[in-house]
Amino acid sequence: MSEESRQVPVASDQDVVRVRQLVRTVSVEAKLSLVDQTKLVTAASELARNTLVYGGGGYVEVSRVRNEIRAGIRIVFADQGPGIVDLDLALTDGYTTGGGLGLGLSGARRLVDEFVIETAPGEGTTITVTKWCR
Amino acid sequence: MERVPVLKIGDILLVSIQIDMEDQVALQLQEDLADRIVTTGCHGVIIDISALDIVDSFVGRTLATIASVSRVLDAETVVVGMRPAVAITLVELGLSLPGIRTALNVELGIEMLALSRPHLDVEFDDDEDEADSAAVLAP
Amino acid sequence: MVKSARCGQVVWLGEAAVALSPDESGRFSDLLKEHADGLVARWAELVGAGLQGRMSRPELERQTRDLQKGFQQALAAGARDLKDEEAAELRAQLSELSSHRARQGFSANETAISVFALKDAVLDVLGDTDDINTLRAFVSFSAFIDRAALFTFDSYVRVRESLIADQTEQLLELSTPVVKLWDGVVAVPLVGTLDSARAQVVMERLLQTLVDTGSPYAIIDITGVPAVDTQVAQHILKTVVAARLMGADCIISGIRPQIAQTIVALGIEFGDIATKASLADALRYVLGQKSYKVVAAKRTER
Repeated sequence: MSEESRQVPVASDQDVVRVRQLVRTVSVEAKLSLVDQTKLVTAASELARNTLVYGGGGYVEVSRVRNEIRAGIRIVFADQGPGIVDLDLALTDGYTTGGGLGLGLSGARRLVDEFVIETAPGEGTTITVTKWCR
Repeated sequence: MERVPVLKIGDILLVSIQIDMEDQVALQLQEDLADRIVTTGCHGVIIDISALDIVDSFVGRTLATIASVSRVLDAETVVVGMRPAVAITLVELGLSLPGIRTALNVELGIEMLALSRPHLDVEFDDDEDEADSAAVLAP
Repeated sequence: MVKSARCGQVVWLGEAAVALSPDESGRFSDLLKEHADGLVARWAELVGAGLQGRMSRPELERQTRDLQKGFQQALAAGARDLKDEEAAELRAQLSELSSHRARQGFSANETAISVFALKDAVLDVLGDTDDINTLRAFVSFSAFIDRAALFTFDSYVRVRESLIADQTEQLLELSTPVVKLWDGVVAVPLVGTLDSARAQVVMERLLQTLVDTGSPYAIIDITGVPAVDTQVAQHILKTVVAARLMGADCIISGIRPQIAQTIVALGIEFGDIATKASLADALRYVLGQKSYKVVAAKRTER
C-alpha cells in the first residue's frame, strides 16, 4: 500500500537528473541511511537512463511504501520500448547493447532489496525496485 | 547547458565538479579537458568529486575515458575526494574504475602527481632534516 | 477470609472495587502519618532482609521514608487509584526508585518487594481485627499497592531495556575502534565475530576516518577474529576495494596460520591486497612505501 507517489516523465537527459533529485528527496524523507540513500539514487540513475536510452523514454514513479515491519521506497521505471529479448543475458554483468559498461541492470539489482522486471519483446519494460529502511 | 569549469594551476588542470551533471555535461567536460590539455601543455589533471553524492556507471565511464584520453595526451589524471558512501556503492555496483588513480583529497592528489612526475611544477619539499620521527624512521 | 471479602466486593462494586473510596484514602493517609516511624522501621526491615546487606541501612531507611511520605501525600491529596492526577508525584518517585534499583543491579523481584513490603508493614500496624470494614479497606489499599508494585516492575523493565540497548550500542562502538597509528596511517583492530551489521559499521567508520584524517593507509588487523568464512572475507575485500576507489591502501594483518589455511581452502582470492602476519609487519611495510615518505615529509612542513 502506497502512502503517496510522485511521477516524473523521462524524455531527456535533464529528466534523469530530475529523477535522481526526486529519489534523493524521498530517501531523505524516509530516513534511509546515507549509504542506502546513495545506493538507491545510484540505482535510480542507472535504471532511468536505461528507460531513456533503451526504452525510448517513459516515466518514473516514486512512492513511499510500508509493510508489516518496515517502511521503504518503491520506484517504478516504465517504458513502451522494444522490451528485452534475453533477460538472463541482460542481467549479466558486462553485457551491453548500448556501448555502456553493462552494469546498469545487473548493478542496480545489487543496490536494492527487491527487483522485479516485466518485459516482453515489443511490449516495453517495467522495472519495480524497493529499498527498505534498516 | 551548464559547464564544469577547468582551472589551470601551474602544470596541473583542476576540475571540481559541483553540480549534479547531466550526461551531456559530463561528455562536454571530457571534450573540454582534452582541449585544455593540448592548449596548456599541462601534464597533470585533478578531478575533485567530493561534492558528488553519487557516481553512477555513466559518470564512472566518463572518468575512465578522461583518464585514458589524458594519458594519450601525456597527462596523468587523479580523481580525488570520493565520498565513502559513493565508494561503497560503486563496489556493490561492480564498478572498480580500473585505470583511474585516486587520492583522498586535492592535496594528496597533487603529491601523487608530483611523485609520478618529479619535474612537475609544484612546490614540494622532501627535506629529511625537517621530517618528524615518522619520516626519519622510514627505512 | 480476606480473599473472599475481595471477591465479594468485586461483584458488588464492579470496577470501583479496585479503587479506594475517598473515605478509605483519608483513613490510610492518617494511618500512614500516625504510625510513620513504626511503619518505616518495619518496612525497611522487610526490604532489607531481601537485599541482604547490599544497601546500607540508613540509605534504605531514607528511601523508605521518602516512599512512605509519597504514599501518604498521594492518599491525603485524595488519590483513589495510582493513575489519578493526585498520585503523579508518587508515580515519579516509584519510577525513580526502579531506575535506581535497575542501575544498581538489583533484581526485578527485589525491586517489587520494596513496594510490596508496605502491605505487610501496614497489616502489622492494623493488628488483629475482625472488623469487616477495616478488612475491606485493607483489600482496596492492597490493590493500590499491587498497582504501585506493577508500575515499579514496569519501569524497572523499561530501564533495563534501555540499559541493554545502550550497552549494545556501546559494544558496537567499543568493538570497532579506528585508531591513528602513525601520521597518515590508521588501523582497525577487529575483535570478535564479524557479522554483516558489524562489518558494515566497521567499513563505513574506517572509510570516513580515512577522509577525516586524510590518511592514505589503513591497516585492518584480524588477530582477534576467531574465524574467517567466505562472508567475512567478502566484507573485508569490499572494504579494501572501496578504500582503493577513494585513494587509500589497505593492508590486512594478523592472519593466524589456521585462518590462512581456511582462506586457501575456501578458495578466497585476496588478489594483490597486501597481507602481513603482524600489525608490526604491516606498519613497517607502510613506512617503507615510497609514497609514504612523501606524505610524511609533506605533513611535517605544516
